[in-house]
Amino acid sequence: MQYEATIGLEVHVQLKTRSKMFCGCSTGFGAEPNTHVCPVCLGYPGAMPVMNGEAIKLTVITGLMLGCEISEYSKFDRKSYFYPDMPKNYQISQYDKPLCDGGTVDIDIDGETRSIGLTRIHLEEDVAKNMHFHDSSGVDFNRAGVPLMEVVSDPDMHSPEEAYAYLQALRQSVLYAGVSDCNLEEGNMRCDVNVSVAPAGSSTLGTKAEIKNMNTFKGVLNALKYEIARQIDEIESGGEIVQETRRWDPDRNVTSSMRTKEDAHDYRYFPEPDLMPVVLSIDQVSEWRAALPESPRGRRVRLVEEYGLPGYDAGVLVADKSIADFFEAAARKCGNAKAVSNLIMTEVLRLLSESEKELADVPITPEALAGLVGLLDAKTLNSNTAKEVLGILFEEGGDPKVIVEKKGLTQVSDSGVIDGFVAQAIAENPKSVADFNSGKEAAIQFLVGQVMRMSRGKANPQMVAQLLRDKLT
Amino acid sequence: MNEPGRTDTDSIDVAYVAHLARLQLTPEETTTFQEQLEQVVGYVRKIDELDVTGIEPTAHAVQVENVFREDKVKPGLERDRVLENAPSCIQEQFQVPKIVE
Ligand SMILES: [Zn+2]
Repeated sequence: MQYEATIGLEVHVQLKTRSKMFCGCSTGFGAEPNTHVCPVCLGYPGAMPVMNGEAIKLTVITGLMLGCEISEYSKFDRKSYFYPDMPKNYQISQYDKPLCDGGTVDIDIDGETRSIGLTRIHLEEDVAKNMHFHDSSGVDFNRAGVPLMEVVSDPDMHSPEEAYAYLQALRQSVLYAGVSDCNLEEGNMRCDVNVSVAPAGSSTLGTKAEIKNMNTFKGVLNALKYEIARQIDEIESGGEIVQETRRWDPDRNVTSSMRTKEDAHDYRYFPEPDLMPVVLSIDQVSEWRAALPESPRGRRVRLVEEYGLPGYDAGVLVADKSIADFFEAAARKCGNAKAVSNLIMTEVLRLLSESEKELADVPITPEALAGLVGLLDAKTLNSNTAKEVLGILFEEGGDPKVIVEKKGLTQVSDSGVIDGFVAQAIAENPKSVADFNSGKEAAIQFLVGQVMRMSRGKANPQMVAQLLRDKLT
Repeated sequence: MNEPGRTDTDSIDVAYVAHLARLQLTPEETTTFQEQLEQVVGYVRKIDELDVTGIEPTAHAVQVENVFREDKVKPGLERDRVLENAPSCIQEQFQVPKIVE
């Protein structure tokens, strides 16, 4: 039988605020345990929360980017549960009046664009971090109270690949919106996955399992592949799917049961009496809407129109906002957008992925890349030496002109110098010369290579080929 | 939503509510609280007698909205003082019984 999977995602995104959601403690990452804490985020009795207005604004901006309806009236609620990560024994969240309703995330899958529906976006506080020791656990409250935006999708995806594309597209939009750093290593984006399977074409959904707290997109992809196959196997072998929470084990590549619905939580939501509702005026929302940053899709179209780039190039550059920013800054400086794009797409992206770094971590500047393209255009460098200079810019930064002078990389276009190398190459490689003379066109490439080697990569390759042809015929 | 532990009738599932609050009650206590809680809820239910048609639900008695603070970092508490409140500590963290998921 054919089965269809149905997938919904709840993505928690840490907002880029300086201070926590309900107190003035820092949100800085990596501090010593329990150094960003106060009576509010430690849940001392009587301590009163006060909303961080910036967190509200960033959530609404995200909602506007994703086409949500912004609630005129929203409020916060208490979600009760007992766990050491939450000292108040409730988490402040939003239950029935979230800040944003609806919306969509557009994904590209199998050459087509699909709109994945959103249910809502609400705001809540993060919880503390637990560390596990040999026979006890420790609690660090630095993260408790950090603003978290939860983006809830409709059960609108049907394959692990769609879920993966959704996460990437959502991250891209959030980065473009400038509301979060989306740093996965620092846990800025965490995801709960709901998945069920049912016979294809069935009008009812199967019983779902929830996979909690995933913090890599690859993890979500692999967990879904495993879990969908597991559920189908279970049904095929006459078993029954139980509604439960499962945990993903990335080392063993399996999901395993954490708890079944019988001991599911009863959160007893009720309105948070210590916080007043949020009422957003139409004027306020319009002001934020007018100042909205460009969307990734809008930018892709613009790069094609404004710089005459192929659609493919524009898509690659736009995928990472910092790369697209870098491209535009360099292209404006040197006026040869296609050459800038080529160098970024081939060399810069390769160097970044090999070194597993982000653009922000390396010293190369858009001005330097523009300068490098200028040297290529002026034929001061050939593509080999340009690569070499780019490697140096990537590692050490600096001005390409200075590097070219210091390293003596200026392209040799002096026919007198090249002539000598050409004569030497012909003398040393009689077989290739004979091959060329008997009509083997490819043999000339070997001879060009020899000359380039003798010039330590600095000869002008077009000139070398021309001089060789002149000599041989 | 129909919450478990609270039905439309007057009866309260005291054992369930106690479980949610992590309270251990004797059967006698359960009976006592059953009666007392039903009285309390019954008293609050008097409010049902009011005609509230056309009145917007509100979360607060006072009509105040949009109480925000600026996104500014303020120093918190000294860690030594914070951890003084902990029954025990491990590596500058609050020590709790081992959490098993
Ligand atoms: Zn605090």
